Amino acid sequence: MVFKRLPSAPVALALALAASPAFSASDAELDELRAQVRALRDSYEARLAELESRLARQTAPAPAAAAAAAPVADGPRGFNPEVSLTLQGQYRRMKDIDERHISGFVGPAEHDDHDHDHGGERGFSLDHTELVLAANIDSHYRGLVNFGIADGEVEVEEAWFQTTGLGHGLTLRGGRFLSSIGYLNAQHAHAWDFADAPLMYTALFGEHGNYGNDGLQLKWVLPTDLFAEVGVEIGRGAKFPGTDRDVNGIGSSAIFAHLGGDVGTSHSWRAGLSYLNARAADRHAHFEDVGDEEVTGEFTGRSRLWIADAVWKWAPDGNSGVRALTLQAEFFQRREDGDLSCEGEAGSACAVAVDSDYRTRQRGWYAQAVYKFHPQWRVGLRHDRLDPGTRDYGDNNANIAREDHTPKRNSVMVDWSPSEFSRLRLQLARDQSMAGETDNQLWLQYVMSLGAHGAHSF
Amino acid sequence: MIRTLLLSLLCLGLAGPARAGLNVFATLPEWGALARVIGGDAVTVFVATHARQDPHHIEARPSLIARARQADLVVANGAELEIGWLPAVLSAAGNRAIQPGLPGYFEAATQVALLEVPVRVDRADGDVHPAGNPHIGLDPRLLLTVGAALQARMAALDPAQAAVYDANWSAFRTRWQAAIDRWQARAAPLRGQAIVVHHTAYPYFTHWLGLTRAGTLEPKPGVAPGSAHLAALRDALAGQRVLAIVRPPYAPEGPGQWLAEHSNIPLLRLPVSVEQSADEAGLTAWFDGMIDALLATQG
Repeated sequence: MVFKRLPSAPVALALALAASPAFSASDAELDELRAQVRALRDSYEARLAELESRLARQTAPAPAAAAAAAPVADGPRGFNPEVSLTLQGQYRRMKDIDERHISGFVGPAEHDDHDHDHGGERGFSLDHTELVLAANIDSHYRGLVNFGIADGEVEVEEAWFQTTGLGHGLTLRGGRFLSSIGYLNAQHAHAWDFADAPLMYTALFGEHGNYGNDGLQLKWVLPTDLFAEVGVEIGRGAKFPGTDRDVNGIGSSAIFAHLGGDVGTSHSWRAGLSYLNARAADRHAHFEDVGDEEVTGEFTGRSRLWIADAVWKWAPDGNSGVRALTLQAEFFQRREDGDLSCEGEAGSACAVAVDSDYRTRQRGWYAQAVYKFHPQWRVGLRHDRLDPGTRDYGDNNANIAREDHTPKRNSVMVDWSPSEFSRLRLQLARDQSMAGETDNQLWLQYVMSLGAHGAHSF
Repeated sequence: MIRTLLLSLLCLGLAGPARAGLNVFATLPEWGALARVIGGDAVTVFVATHARQDPHHIEARPSLIARARQADLVVANGAELEIGWLPAVLSAAGNRAIQPGLPGYFEAATQVALLEVPVRVDRADGDVHPAGNPHIGLDPRLLLTVGAALQARMAALDPAQAAVYDANWSAFRTRWQAAIDRWQARAAPLRGQAIVVHHTAYPYFTHWLGLTRAGTLEPKPGVAPGSAHLAALRDALAGQRVLAIVRPPYAPEGPGQWLAEHSNIPLLRLPVSVEQSADEAGLTAWFDGMIDALLATQG
């Protein structure tokens, strides 16, 4: 509606006069009428102003008392708990490639029980629908649950409690949560700037593009004007690159440190360094043998990951409502050491199971820029590149093929957000993550959120 | 005063012995200014945003988390104005004292009756705030109400300085009341005049001075103006006497300029928050500036 509130009577009258086609008075008559209305209004309003001023003077000392009588209820007064739902889906055009994977990188085993293929669906498809419930549990804890809902399954993506009252900069979180390693890891898919995760995250953690854990996280914000935060996580470590090992001890652990601050009024930044240590037992993965036959490898050992991340945001005079630029990059190095057991069908190189050492040193990075050039429009560019590095399978070097390919991908996107709650995105990508394949992809994606207005982290 | 006493007792129980020198984290410059007015040299005030930033689009920047970590008192606007960033900052700061519900968390909007409380809360109506319009700082009379409550809260948190806060506040209240009277007298000719606003950020200002709103550039709160809406607005305004088109400094200039050119109504830049220093001089200059600008359009 043009008018949120109806204009006052004189203005409405003037509007009605002006808008009425039947009214055929001359301009002079109109002007005279307007002058009379104005004079009338001015005299009334001078008197009104005087009265209101007197009233204000008499009531002004009172507000303290009035405020004291009113119940003080600082803080959000929305629903309890806050409920929000995110709808996500897309149309995607891409090559029909069997067993899509990233060359040179071992991914998490496919779910064998059902087809859980978020990465490679062509045409129209629906992503997980995210349902989030969050609230303060009591004066000590806050809780949040995030369900990823898809056909035939409800995945508990996050379900945690967090202290609000430890003080001294400390926050303890327990339950299932997205690890705070890296920059993008703790963000859900709906908050991504592109329709898919960076290649690096897919290579590290699988199609979901982030590492979740069941366990504990302790964070400490230092009492300094420069933002400095350190944290430690311990947990079950069931997710790739670890496996569920059914032990009493700690399956995986992580440490991270973040620094951040502002430069002038227009720039702000955050940089971080993280380390994840996970253990795998009989981690199942598909390999190709030297004769292009599929064999399976089971890895038992240790996976150690370093991530360095940095994000720099610019908005003219700190006002990101109209124009803003975000530069973001992350780099990882992963080392895996242990044993590999190669098995295959008759005729493959591992027809008789072969056990060997397993040692990999792999790296990769992505860098992206997202520019908001209009309150509702953004464009983004992203470059992904992975280095399969050294892969030493000991005795199995003779059996398992080691593709020598540098996976890379370039993506460009434009998105339109008519409000904070809806986003439509067009993304084009040239994906060369598989040896011998150049896949030109097109996405049309929507991300819509209903319900509580969640606060987003930096 | 009973409230002060009760709060003092509560805080003594919760916070232990009082320390001198409150560390205040204010979300908006006007609340930072009030905290400075009340606290004087006895407090340290950090202001998280400035008037050239869209208060609806602030990011939970690391620097804000670092400041909130060290704060004894958060002075927020409330009514969901900071909903996009403050909860994230408070959650990440690991500071017990400033959590909502505790004395170290103060909301200005809960101290006053809000205007434009929506009869239905539906996102189809734009970015509506269920509690009411949050931009309360634009009515200087409400600063007196909020300031009185804030002074009580600061005294409760820091009883050692309570007398100082009380003296500072009493002196300011007298000066501010005189300023209000002065502004009201100067702005008397504006009464009944209509303005067009970019965003529905000015209802407390128009309510105070008896101005009316003839239209908004945003078709719905928080929705960027489109050409069709602007054209319709231009047609609706034809023949109306409109004093000015008013935009906050953070809003894009284009839509207002277009309408100004096509309607011969002057475009004014009226900050919805203190633009100069977040202190008494800044507060005074803010209202002086707005009234000057509006009076200047009358020629």
